[in-house]
Amino acid sequence: MHALYISLRSEFYKSRKTLAFWAAILLPLIICGLISSGFYYDAKKIIAGHYPPILLWARYSGASLNVMGFLIMPFYVIFMAFSVNNIEHKNDTWKMLFAQPLQKFSIYAAKYLYAILLIFICLFLFATLTFAFGHLLQLMVPKFNFDQYNPLKILINSYTKLFLASLGILSLQFIFSLLWSDFLKPMGIGFVGTIMGIITANIGWKYAYLNPYSLPTLALRITKVKQGDDPLAFPVFTQEIWTSLIYASVLFIIGYFIVTKKSIK
Amino acid sequence: MGNYAIETVGLNFNFDNQAIIKDLSLQVPKGSIYGFLGPNGAGKTTTIKILLNLLKSPSDQVFIFGKEINSNRISVLKRIGALVEQPAIYGHLTGKENLVNRCILLGIKKAKADEMLSLVGLAEVSNKKANKYSLGMKQRLGIAQALISDPELLLLDEPTNGLDPNGIIEVRNLMIDLATKHQKTILVSSHLLAEIERTATHVGIINQGQLLFQGTINELHLLSKPSLEIEVNNIEDACTLLIKQGYEVTAKTERIITLPFISSQNSGELNTLLIQNGFIVSSLYQQRKDLENLFLDITKAN
Repeated sequence: MHALYISLRSEFYKSRKTLAFWAAILLPLIICGLISSGFYYDAKKIIAGHYPPILLWARYSGASLNVMGFLIMPFYVIFMAFSVNNIEHKNDTWKMLFAQPLQKFSIYAAKYLYAILLIFICLFLFATLTFAFGHLLQLMVPKFNFDQYNPLKILINSYTKLFLASLGILSLQFIFSLLWSDFLKPMGIGFVGTIMGIITANIGWKYAYLNPYSLPTLALRITKVKQGDDPLAFPVFTQEIWTSLIYASVLFIIGYFIVTKKSIK
Repeated sequence: MGNYAIETVGLNFNFDNQAIIKDLSLQVPKGSIYGFLGPNGAGKTTTIKILLNLLKSPSDQVFIFGKEINSNRISVLKRIGALVEQPAIYGHLTGKENLVNRCILLGIKKAKADEMLSLVGLAEVSNKKANKYSLGMKQRLGIAQALISDPELLLLDEPTNGLDPNGIIEVRNLMIDLATKHQKTILVSSHLLAEIERTATHVGIINQGQLLFQGTINELHLLSKPSLEIEVNNIEDACTLLIKQGYEVTAKTERIITLPFISSQNSGELNTLLIQNGFIVSSLYQQRKDLENLFLDITKAN
């Protein structure tokens, strides 16, 4: 456990000056900032739509959720999985890392956990900033009715689903980036997988949930708020979330065996 | 086994069915500077990687401080510091940050980073990004990383690569200092015999994965049989004279006669003999065999 903790600390120390780390903070800040500015400058038009508070929140938070879920999230996860391992490929430091008196499992698990942590930070910031900027908009434009509905539960549920649904992709891409040092192979496979995932999820193919890349899209489709429905009634642990978690666990174990057999040539 | 820091017993290692290391039996005594000598591609780096368990060796063939490496990986690695091939450095971090990261991984005080930077002469550039370092500076940082945990055994793979003459002398002195004053055992690989001769107490020569020679530096000297080269005018007559006087001429070119080196006094006598017989000796020097010739000798002997 101590070895895992120091490996995790080292991962943070190494990456804190890299784009991968800052992307987890900047991405939600930029996207939520842009959407909030849009709402601020379009305030008159939006207020004229007389949305009930729950729908106003749905429109506002849906803007970032949809951009994230359909497009950015899979690529962001691919990029994260790549960059956590690429830091070692690029600097030729695998040999140094595995020559340390630390269990190989701790080194591997720390890298995997760190990638998960970055994704968690990113999505946590999305949820927090959506909530905070919504209330900030309310302060700046008092005619909005953001203050008449508490969106916390729906935000937490949606982003939790998105987070859990992305773990399958993360584990798969993590293995690819362990095996290959170049960016093109994992990115190429990830790109094709994501496009296939979006298509199969959107045409409603029965087995779409078996493709890990379609899981974020599937997870979010179900959380889409329909008029008149109770938006809070959707369950978090649906079929696609379980699929994602099973993929994540199985691929995590396979990844570990790859690491133990990995010869540092 | 108790006296060896490193012992391999008939070590064999293959890459894709190709034998890289063949029946290698290294014996590195505690407290020695063991020069691991061999041309590029001889298997030196592979051996060092096996000693670090980066490449998995068959069981019961590699022992570090008497412990089998595969079943004691962590406790063995705690006692080793290593520099393998190019130093493993994160280019986007500064020199100091690279060492601090190592401190985090080893659970040692971060103050040790500054101490090491001063030791290898990088204190002034400690806040410069490592990818802006010259090859020599990177090499020093690599040595600092190897030393930071104060290990009992140091594995240094061509540590003077890329260093200028001053740097080479500093690394050499550092190694001697570590072995004599701090009782460290150092295995240092090189493809340069001259480099090893200046520091090593023991030598192992490897070629094509096989150990051709292993022994003390004095045993190697006995084997390397230096020669005496004399640059003289009128080569043919000089040769005839020397042979007549009972000397063995091993080779001659248009300008140089080569004989086995016996002693300094003997060289002086030869010089006098030639001059007294009217020859002009423009130079006379002892020539050690280069690695290539030494290899040939050792291979022949085997």
